[in-house]
This record gives sequence, C-alpha cells and structure tokens, in this order.
Amino acid sequence: MAKTLFQKVWDAHSVRRLANGQTQLLIGTHLIHEVTSPQAFGMLRDLKLKVSMPHRTFATVDHIVPTDVFAEPYADPLADAMIKELRKSCQEFGITFFDRATGKQGVVHIVGPEQGITQPGTTIACGDSHTSTHGAFGALAFGIGTSQVRDVLATQTMALGELKVRRINVTGKLQPGVYAKDVILHIIRTLGVNGGTGFAYEYGGEVFDRMSMEERMTVCNMSIEGGARVGYVNPDQTTFDYLKGRPYSPKGAAWDAAVERWKSFASDADAKYDDVVTIRAEEIAPTVTWGINPAQGISINENIPTPAGAKDANEKASIEEALAYMKLEAGAPIKGTKIDVAFIGSCTNGRLSDFQEVAKYVKGRKVAPGVKAIVVPGSQVVQEICKGLGLDKIFSDAGFEWREAGCSMCLAMNPDKLVGDQLCASSSNRNFKGRQGSPTGRTVLMSPVMVAAAAITGRIADAREVFGVSKN
Amino acid sequence: MSLAKITQVSGRGVTVPGNDIDTDRIIPARFMKCVSFDGLGEFVFYDVRKDADGKDREHPLNDPRFRGATILISGVNFGCGSSREHAPQAIQKYGFRAIIAENFAEIFFGNSTTLGIPCVSASAEDIRKLSAAVEANPQTEIVVDVDAQQVRFGGQAIPVTIRSSARDALINGRWDAIGELIEGLPSVRQLATTLPYLAV
Repeated sequence: MAKTLFQKVWDAHSVRRLANGQTQLLIGTHLIHEVTSPQAFGMLRDLKLKVSMPHRTFATVDHIVPTDVFAEPYADPLADAMIKELRKSCQEFGITFFDRATGKQGVVHIVGPEQGITQPGTTIACGDSHTSTHGAFGALAFGIGTSQVRDVLATQTMALGELKVRRINVTGKLQPGVYAKDVILHIIRTLGVNGGTGFAYEYGGEVFDRMSMEERMTVCNMSIEGGARVGYVNPDQTTFDYLKGRPYSPKGAAWDAAVERWKSFASDADAKYDDVVTIRAEEIAPTVTWGINPAQGISINENIPTPAGAKDANEKASIEEALAYMKLEAGAPIKGTKIDVAFIGSCTNGRLSDFQEVAKYVKGRKVAPGVKAIVVPGSQVVQEICKGLGLDKIFSDAGFEWREAGCSMCLAMNPDKLVGDQLCASSSNRNFKGRQGSPTGRTVLMSPVMVAAAAITGRIADAREVFGVSKN
Repeated sequence: MSLAKITQVSGRGVTVPGNDIDTDRIIPARFMKCVSFDGLGEFVFYDVRKDADGKDREHPLNDPRFRGATILISGVNFGCGSSREHAPQAIQKYGFRAIIAENFAEIFFGNSTTLGIPCVSASAEDIRKLSAAVEANPQTEIVVDVDAQQVRFGGQAIPVTIRSSARDALINGRWDAIGELIEGLPSVRQLATTLPYLAV
C-alpha cells in the first residue's frame, strides 16, 4: 500500500501500542539544551535511571548565552547556573556536548543539521517547539516538554498519538525578492495559527523541489506557528548533497547504503493524504506580521486589517487586542511604520545563506540613525564561515552589531532584549506579546532581507523597492 | 509508579478570556532561567497580571472574587507556541487542577496530560454559559467529569470532549507514561537493532 513519509518513518520506529492507544515511538536522535533539560535530568536522578542511549543524545547551549560578552561566569548568575548544570549532566551521563569550547556550539536546530546528525527517515525530539526544523531532511521531528525529555533520556522513546498528514503544495515559481520566510508566513496566514493542530505538514511542489536545504529548514521551522507539531519535506538529491561529508554523516560504503535507505522513506507518488492544500507561488509577496501571533500577517503592500472587516466575533476580538498591543492603526498601510530595533538571526533565519543574501544588499549602505541593528549567527560554524567570507565586516561597516552565536533576541532569555514598547523588525519566528523580552515590546516578523530594508530606512519597507529588485 | 485515577476534578473557576493565549504569555521566558519547576506558580501570566513595577494590574487572577479557583476557563487554541512544560507546570503550581477551553494547542495538551491536568474542550456557546455562571457567582462549584466527558455547574451540564488516549490515561491513572515506557525497554532494544543509524 502506498504510504507517506510520515507513515513509513512512524512504522519503522513504532515499538508497541500502549494501554491508552498511543504508540511507544523510538526516538533515534535526542537533542537537548540548557533550558528544558535540567529538570529532566533531576527527574532521572530522582528515579535512579540512566540515559538509555547517550550516544544518540546531543547537547548544546543556545537560549541563555550572551552574544556580546561570553566569558564565564556570565553576568547573569541564573544563566551561569544553567550552563554549568548542563555541563555537569552531560559529563555524568556521557552525552556529547557541543559547548562553546568545541567551536560547534549554536542554536540546537542549526547545530544538528550542520553536524550531519539530522538525517532522513529518522525520528528526532528536542525540548523546543522549533524542532520541526529538522523535518527539512525528511525526518519526523517533535518538539516536546520536559517530562518527555525525561522519557526520551530514560528510554529513547516517548508516548505519542499518530498525526494526520496534510500535503501543502506550493506550485510555480517565487517572484524575485520573495523568500522561504514569506512562503511559511503566507502558509500560516492562509491556514491559520491553529490550522495544523493534529496534523503533520508535508511540504512539496516545485517551489520546495527548487529550495536549498536552508530554505526548507526555514519553512519547516515555523510549522508549529501554524499549529502543526511536525513539518517535513521529502528527501531528495538536494538533501543528500547537503549531508555528504558532514561530521556525523555516514562515510564510504555506508554512505551509499544510507542514501538508498533514505530514498525509500520518501512519500510514494500515490500516497493518500488526510488533506491537500495547493498554493500558487506567484500569489506570495514579501509578508510581514502586524499582530501578536504569526498568522496575523499581510503582504507588505496591504493595509492593516480592521475589526470591522473581521469574519466573526472571535476574529474581531483578536484584531482589536492585537492592534491595541501593537499600537498600530486599523486600515493603515504597514509600510512606513517606524522601527526601533532590527534583528537578524534565530533558528528560523540564522544560517549562512541568510547572511550571504542580506550582505549582498547592505554592502555600502548604512543603518538608519536611531535604529539598533543586531546580527546573530546561528552557530559558531556559521560565524566562522561568515568571517572567512568577510560578511561580518560588511555588516559592521553598515552599522549592524555583529554578535556571537545563540538564540538571542528571538526569545530574549539572554541580555538581548527590547526596551519598553520598542518595535522590532525581526527575522525570528514569534511575535507574541512580550516575546522579545519587554512586556510591552512589539515584534514584526519578516524575512532577513526585509529586516535589512527596515534597518536601513528606519521603517518597515518593501525590500524590493529599497534595494532595486525588479518585482518580475 | 502508582498514579491517581483522575476521573473528575471539582472546584471553583476563573475565566482568562482570549484566543491563542500562548505559552510565552502563560510564563514569560525570563522565568525559565531555573533548574527546577518549583516556584513557577507565582509567575503565571506575570506580564499581563503585573505592571512594570510589579504591582497588580486588572486581571481575573488578581480579582479577589476568584481567589482559590482551581479550574481555568479560556478560549481557542489555548497554550499555543513554545513547547515549554514550564507553562502547565506554572498553571498547576498556581493551583489549577483542570482547564476548560474551546480547544488546545497540541504540545501544551500533551504536556498538561502528562502532569495529570485534564484539558477538556467545550463549544464557544457553552464556555460563554459557564463563564457567565462563574461571573455571576464566583462560588459556583464546577465539576469537570473526565470520565463522562461532561462539565456540571449550578444545575447545568455541558458536554465536553477530550482525546480518547488522554481520557483513558487520566481515568486509569496512567497519565505519566514513564513506567509503561520502561516496561517496553527490551522491545526498544530489539527495534533499535533494525535501524542502522542507532549503531554505537
């Protein structure tokens, strides 16, 4: 019978059916970080349990690391305690830790792929909702809570109910100046912030076939922002080319066998889906959010929605709440809105190609006076490559602060925070109230190139106009 | 490990109105700088409950009429966003024992169930009725009957739903799966030998 990748990978990792009807699913790769794992290690010690497969558990530190001064001890004693706790647990249980001294530290969802740990046909879990990123490789990657981190540490499995699968086709060709970030913001806007609840999203179609792995990761990363716990792209030659030669990728004869195996996990051509959605690439414009959840997005040339235009009372209340928080005017253009801060980085858009693309446009330009603009590479590896290419200098010359690797202002658990009601043009993934560290701070999500356009003009702008990119 | 059979939860309620209430709002990220979940209860909904000086703002949880409520009532897509278990932990440590909403975000629902917090879904209309009853009389005793999939209050009863696997786990005292997962370890080891990428 024809199967989707989801079904094939699920079946290959199903241990048994549990009493409540859920499946005990084997998790082949467990990624951990400092924020959601310490309590899990504590539970493990309380229960006198060991880590079941330490060789399939990989740690890094990302959420709390400062990106400017990173000499230890950190100025924040709580953050300092967290990194030390993780170091201690990794040592105690024999877990590989991509600590800063290894030169491989970074945002967990950037480290896994660049080390070749993330592979097709595998199951991955991490105590972080953006774990869906790894689905770009044709893996089933689940964001989990801390009790499940404990479960995976102790048993390399977790209890889970099967998801339905929605195929999302994006056909045709993206217009110049439209990026992977716009694709996912458009999908979330179209299907809703909770449209994906109960589903895994399978992304496909010509646009995904043409995308690089880094672009696929950007899309899969934000699946959860549309309610889908899992998002994936079927593995293909682009996937294999990316993985070849990475530190944890199979070598020699094992490589050929792995590629054959990986290919077999791709969804069958005649696989049945629980739902199919088709979007035309030509309909997707540079997209920005105006509200307080990632589905509240519009194209750069649209006006901010009005409560009067809402389709029901729920939506009306949501629009009113969002406008009041964002201090934006109903019906006004979003373009031209003044910004205070620009942030380029995060597990959504903190990869080499993001910085290469932006550097093309900021070279020779200057950040607008009064705008604080920071650029945070997603990992030490990305940092080193960028420096080797001189990208750090291009950004610094343009007036951006070039920082060290971490999650930084995506969730502001480190010192990088908005102040008061500052408005931030951000390449991150969430525009929730208070997300960027100030309870009244405002976030407008967009692609990195759009953030650069906002940084340079001081206002939310159409990057195609600012940088002279032809719209067709 | 023996767990309580959670067939029903009863107590007074409080409505935190709104849709798409995300886990950053339930527990802002800065309060996750901790290596234990203890003490999270006081920070639940912190940034909407407190002003910049830490003084109480107008919020249902600050309203003395609803003090001691153990059942949280809300809207659509409750608990969306971050997978942080700190959110249901904070809710539980604050004193809540059950949540009634129109529906829940996936990861939050699973995290809550694992902590033994029933998350039951009701229609918008029924939630309005329930909220109105609680507003009119904050002393209203609410019974969340997980087994019968019903919520009863002030002589009324509304139907609610909960995913069958979660209902089963709660009413049979197996909502924390760790014991069952450990029992399966011999089968896990066997399955692992069929997956080349797990080789040491």
